[in-house]
Formats: sequence, C-alpha cells, structure tokens
Amino acid sequence: MSTEQTSANKPSVLRIEGELTIFRAAELKDVLLCAPAPQEIDLSGVTEMDSAGLQLLMAAKQAATSDKRTLRLLAHSAAVVEVFELLNVAAYFNDPLLMEARK
Amino acid sequence: MNLDDALQTFVLESRELLEDMENALLGVEQAEEKSELVNAIFRAAHTIKGSSGLFGLDHVVAFTHVVESVLDRLRSGKLEINDQLVVLLLSCCDQIRALVERIAQGQKEPDEALQQQGEPLIAQLRNFLAPVGARADLPVAVKEQDVATLERIQGEGVHSEHWHISLRFGPDVLKNGLDPLSFIRYLQTLGQIAAIETLAETLPPLAQLDPELCYLGFEIALKSDASKTAIENVFEFVRDECQLRILPPHSLITEYVNLLQQQQGDERRLGEMLLSCGTLTRQELDAALNAQSDSPNKPIGTILVEQGTVQAAVVEAALTKQKQVKETGAAESRSIRVDADKLDQLINLVGELIIAGASVNLIAHKARIVELQESTSKLSMLVEEVRDSALQLRMVKIGATFGRFQRVVHDVSRELGKNVALFINGEDTELDKTVVEKIGDPLMHLVRNSLDHGIESAELRAQRGKPEQGTLVLNAFHDSGSIVITVQDDGGGLKRERILAKAIERGLVESGHHLSDAEVYSLIFEPGFSTAEKITNLSGRGVGLDVVKRNITALRGTVGLSSVEGEGTTVTVRLPLTLAIIDGFLVEVGKSVFAIPLDMIEECIAYTAEPGHNYTNLRGQVLPFIRVRELFGIKAPPSRSENIVVLKHAGQKAGLVVDKLLGEFQTVIKPLGEMFNQVKCISGSTILGSGDVALILDVPSIVNRCVNDTRNTNPLSLEHPPPH
Repeated sequence: MSTEQTSANKPSVLRIEGELTIFRAAELKDVLLCAPAPQEIDLSGVTEMDSAGLQLLMAAKQAATSDKRTLRLLAHSAAVVEVFELLNVAAYFNDPLLMEARK
Repeated sequence: MNLDDALQTFVLESRELLEDMENALLGVEQAEEKSELVNAIFRAAHTIKGSSGLFGLDHVVAFTHVVESVLDRLRSGKLEINDQLVVLLLSCCDQIRALVERIAQGQKEPDEALQQQGEPLIAQLRNFLAPVGARADLPVAVKEQDVATLERIQGEGVHSEHWHISLRFGPDVLKNGLDPLSFIRYLQTLGQIAAIETLAETLPPLAQLDPELCYLGFEIALKSDASKTAIENVFEFVRDECQLRILPPHSLITEYVNLLQQQQGDERRLGEMLLSCGTLTRQELDAALNAQSDSPNKPIGTILVEQGTVQAAVVEAALTKQKQVKETGAAESRSIRVDADKLDQLINLVGELIIAGASVNLIAHKARIVELQESTSKLSMLVEEVRDSALQLRMVKIGATFGRFQRVVHDVSRELGKNVALFINGEDTELDKTVVEKIGDPLMHLVRNSLDHGIESAELRAQRGKPEQGTLVLNAFHDSGSIVITVQDDGGGLKRERILAKAIERGLVESGHHLSDAEVYSLIFEPGFSTAEKITNLSGRGVGLDVVKRNITALRGTVGLSSVEGEGTTVTVRLPLTLAIIDGFLVEVGKSVFAIPLDMIEECIAYTAEPGHNYTNLRGQVLPFIRVRELFGIKAPPSRSENIVVLKHAGQKAGLVVDKLLGEFQTVIKPLGEMFNQVKCISGSTILGSGDVALILDVPSIVNRCVNDTRNTNPLSLEHPPPH
C-alpha cells in the first residue's frame, strides 16, 4: 500500500493504493490534509474500502466544496465501485463512474 | 488482532449450532419425522451464514451458502436425504467448523489450505444442486449474486411495500471492528435494497475528523418477505451501538412522522430522504405533517384511521405483532451465560461459608444458649441449601458428551468397515461440569477401543451367529453418590487366557498365582499393556487404557470391566458427582476424626464379630471389615463400645470399625498436598468447626482392600493425621 502525490503538472493527483480502510484511515487523513490539497484522487489502486475509507473521501469532498475547490475522484477500482453502488453515494461525489460491463 | 466480544459470541454460537447440526444430521436418517430435523439443520447453516455475513467473513458465507442451498432443496422436498448426502453434509459441517475455529484463532482472512479442502465439497454439493442448471454456478460466486441484487428496481411496485430502515451508527462502531458496510451487505441476503440514502450530515470538516469514528447514517428501503425480527437480527451485534428504526411495509404515516421527529437534524431534509427512498410519496408526507400540526393532541393513528387511510384492523395486527416480538425477547433472556470462573469462585466461597458455619455451630453448642443454637441450626439449613443450589449450577447433563459419540461411531465404524449402531441411555443424568469436561477423552478412548477391538467385522459376526450390526451402548445413571457410566459392546469380549499370558510375559503377575476374573481384566488398564494383534490407526499405539485409568483416577473415580468371551465387554466408570463439597459423616477413632462420604454409607451397626475373624454376620451375610485403628496404626487404647460403619461401593459392601459416630457434617474437600499422593485409603482432608483437620477416607480403596485383601492387611503407618 502506498500513496503518492504527483504534482508535476497542473492538476495534482493523489494516488491511493492498497486498502482504504480504518487501518490506514489516520494516515490517509494526514495525506489528504497536506497542502497543496489534491485536485484529483486516483482510486484505481484501491483494493479494499470500508466505511471509514468512504467517510474520508466524503470529508475530503466536503472540504473541497467549502473551499470552492474541485476534487475529482478518478478511475474507481472495483472495490470502490462496489461500495459506491451499495450505498448509493456516487451522486455525492458527482464524478463519472466507469462501470465494468456486467456479466 | 484481538477478538472482539461479538466475534467471540459468534464463535461460541457457531460451535453450538454446528453441534446441533451434526446431531440432527446423525439422527435424520433414522428419524420418522424428518422435516423437523431437516429444518433444524437448515436453520443452523442459515444462522451461521447470516452471522458470518455480519462480520464480513466472506469465505465462510460463500461456503455456507452452498450448503444452505442444498439444505433448502432438501427442506422443500426437491431432494431426498440419503446416506451419501448425510456423509457429505457431515464433512461440510467439519469444514465450517474448521473455518470457524480458524476465526477463533484470530485469522479472519480465508486460509489457502482450508479453501482447497472446501472445494471438492463444494463441487460435490453442486451435484445436488445441478438439476436447476443456472443455480449450480451461483454458489462460489456469491459476490456476483450480491452485485446482482444491487440493481435498482426503478419505479417498481407500490412504495409502501418496502420496509423502511433508518440507521444511525454510533461513533465507536468502527473501533469495535464492525463495519456498517457489512451490515448493509448482509441485509441484501434478506431481500432487495430498493433504495438507499447515505447520510453524512454529522461528518465534521476534514481537519476535525477523527478517522476512526463512524459518522454515517443510512435510510434504506428494503423489499423483503423477512419478519421484523429477522431484519432486527441483522443488526444484533450493533444493537447497542446504533439507532435502529424499522418500519414495516404499509406502516402508518404517523410512524414515519415520528421517525422524522426523532432523528436529529433537519426534519425537512429527512423527509426528502424518505421521498428519495421511495418510502413515502410527497402527498403522503405533506398530508401527515399537516394533520399532525392541525391537531397536536390527537394521535395520528386515529387521524389516519378517521381519514380512512389505514384500516383499524391493520393497526391492531401491528400491535399484536409487536407484542409477540416482545414476548419472544423475554423468553430468550431466561437463561444467561456465566463465566465458569465465576461459578468456581462462588463454590469456593460457599465452601468457606460452610467451614465458618461449622465453627459457629460449635461455639453455639458450647455456649449453651438455646436461642443461639436454634438460629445457628436454621442458618446451617440455609447454608446447606445454598450449597446445593450452587453446586446445581455447575451440573450439566451428560447428553451432550454422549451425543458427540454418535459422530465418532458413525465415522469410525465406516472407516473400519464395520456396521455399528450406538444406543444412548440416561443422557439426562447430571454431573459436575468439570467432570463432564474431563470425562470426554477417556470415554472417547473406551468407545474407540470397543469399536476397534471389541466389535468384530460383519463377516466374523455372521460366522458367530450374531446380528450383522454390532451395538454399542452408552449408559449413565446415579448410584450411591457417584455417577456410573458404562460403555457396553456386544463384541468378542476379552480373552482371559491371552491377557494372563501377556501379563506373565511382562512380569506383571507371577505364573501360578490365582487371579479372579476381575483382577485379570483390570490388567489391561496397566501401562503398556495392549493385546491388539494388529495396530490400526485408531488404537493400539501404545497409548493404552492406562491413560484412561489415570484420568479417571485423577477425578477420584474408578474404572472396572466385565466381559464374557464371545458375547461382549462392559466397561464401568464410576465418578464422584462433584469434586468440591460433599455430605460427610464423621467418625472418631482414638483422638483422630475421619470423614466418610455420606452417600457411600449404607448403615451403622453396633460392633460384633465372629470370634477370631475380621468379618461379621450382617443379617445372615458375611460382612468383612477393617479396623481403622489397625489400618492407620492408631495407638490409642480401644474404647469400650465400638461401631461398624457399613460402606457400599460398586455393589460391594465392607465394614469399618470405629470408636464413635459423630454424625453428619458438610465436608468441603481440600485436596492433600503432593507429598501425600502415595498415601492409600485417604482421598483428601477437610476442616472441622473447631479448626481441626479431619481426613476423608477413600471408600473405594478401603472396600477393595477389605474385600480382596482381608488376609494380610499391612497397617499403614499413620500415627497422626498429617497437618493440613
């Protein structure tokens, strides 16, 4: 699991890898709070997500909205999509969700 | 990772359920009324699956789901139960148990080896599911199925057909290892989530967010045929930590209004939530809210009934249902789980209470105050009752222990290619929990021994003119203060000559020495004694019956054996009912006081003896006796009047010559130190009211000594009782 911040070009992208769960919630919160705040979060590497992880993303989104920044979630992994679907929170983030074709 | 309490409960309950399941499986073939047992099996699997779902133990759910599907077909009569299926389901039962045990060890993730072990089972199970083609490939893909149920059913059905569940999780849920997500996932097994809204109103700004607290709430519309209790049970493990409101389909609008008012936060916002969940229509919401504010004193239920929105009967039905739910709740709480340590502590305290009580009694007696004596005797009575009920708490039925052997006999006889039926008698016989726990292994050994060496193969049985099916009988009953457990088989019996030959070969007995049958048979309990001609993987590996004997002796019990060659063997295990407190009878010899377990005393008679012999005539029967004075080498001069206490053990009687009978005494058994392990005829000590120590006589060994060894009694050197 790792998080890396690529701020080479204009939009700073935070890439989260591995678990997005309570076990890493505290660590991830600090990363999210780091200045400059990321404009995009790449979720393609997330293998597992639980309520704590979801809360974090929601709070990050909230923070961005209140600061009149944009925060986009990108490339949701299957684990993320599953949770978003289950809890119907896609609208909260208002990002395009790329869905895999159903079998 | 530490097991949290709830998971612990899950493991405990799963173990119990698996046990039930196994018992039902073993009984189902013979049972005439199968449907009840099949239901029991199904329920067990279903409950385990459900609880595993709660903990996000997906691998357990995946496996149990397949089992459950097969059971469901069985239950609906689409499948017929047969031997093959029972064996398969038993293996599944073991697999689930293995999975659960793994979790008990703290490993929540699936285990590779176990997964592989489970796969052939799943494949076999699927054969039973096969007829419904499409369903067959479902089981392994539980996750996919879950995803499938997630598809929103846009605009389907009437709104009020859904259950509405309003959930607010407490902040500590996550810390306790429970993930709200898993509850919602599990909810899907009960039905379809028609709509869900996630509430994050209480979510603080990112900087103030404690990432380990839970801030989420959910409004869920569930389409399901499940009962309210079933839905509530989904949240059983977080019930204390979440606000849960469940509104059944067709609920009164007033219920929704109450819901809106009770939840914190903006009422309108919540109202919108209900709307977006499709639970209420805009009109319904507005109408109810308006009506409420128009006539605040009038219950809304009444308003709605007046308006004709709801029928009065519906209200009544809802009330009855609620009442039923409450009543079942009450029945459930009638028994409680108590930590065994707490019980032990209680017993210890009662023991101390008895000792203290005895000393008070003594003082009252000496003080010669009648009122004091009266009240102390009343106190003693109460203490006695407290003792009995405290001990009763530890008593458990032996049935559960016996029940385990159904499976053992089933499996072992299959393995050996023998056909054996197990019969169980006296499963309601109660005995101390500690004893029950410790008797399991010795019994297992005896049962396996009977199966392996006792009962012959079917061909041999046919040759000998016996029914092809061998029988093994486990029996338990109470007999003079002890519990007797017998393991009886109708097998080949013991070959007296071979045992004797072997014993002589090993130097255990001298040749030419005459031994009774019982003595010969008891030789097989000697260390390293095995007459098995061939070693099977069940028994005969050198760990012999001596271990059984040692374990039983450690419980202050005895083991005996009787056998008729060609007809069968009966092993009799005698155990004391309890290990802590007994009713004792005090006797005095010289200045020493001894306690004898009251249950083992038949009667007391005045001393008489056939001149020159160590026996007396008890109503025409010979009663051998032992003089305690000689047994322990007590040098005090004999008193003028002596008494004989008639002891009874294992069907044999013996007398004990003592000076004085002091009467009944509640005896708290204190074990002797290791130093006195070798002392014969003494099983422990107790403390008298005066603070003196009295030794407890070991009746079984005294009776044996008396009956077998009257000729040359060596006095045990015991001048004074050893200090406690």
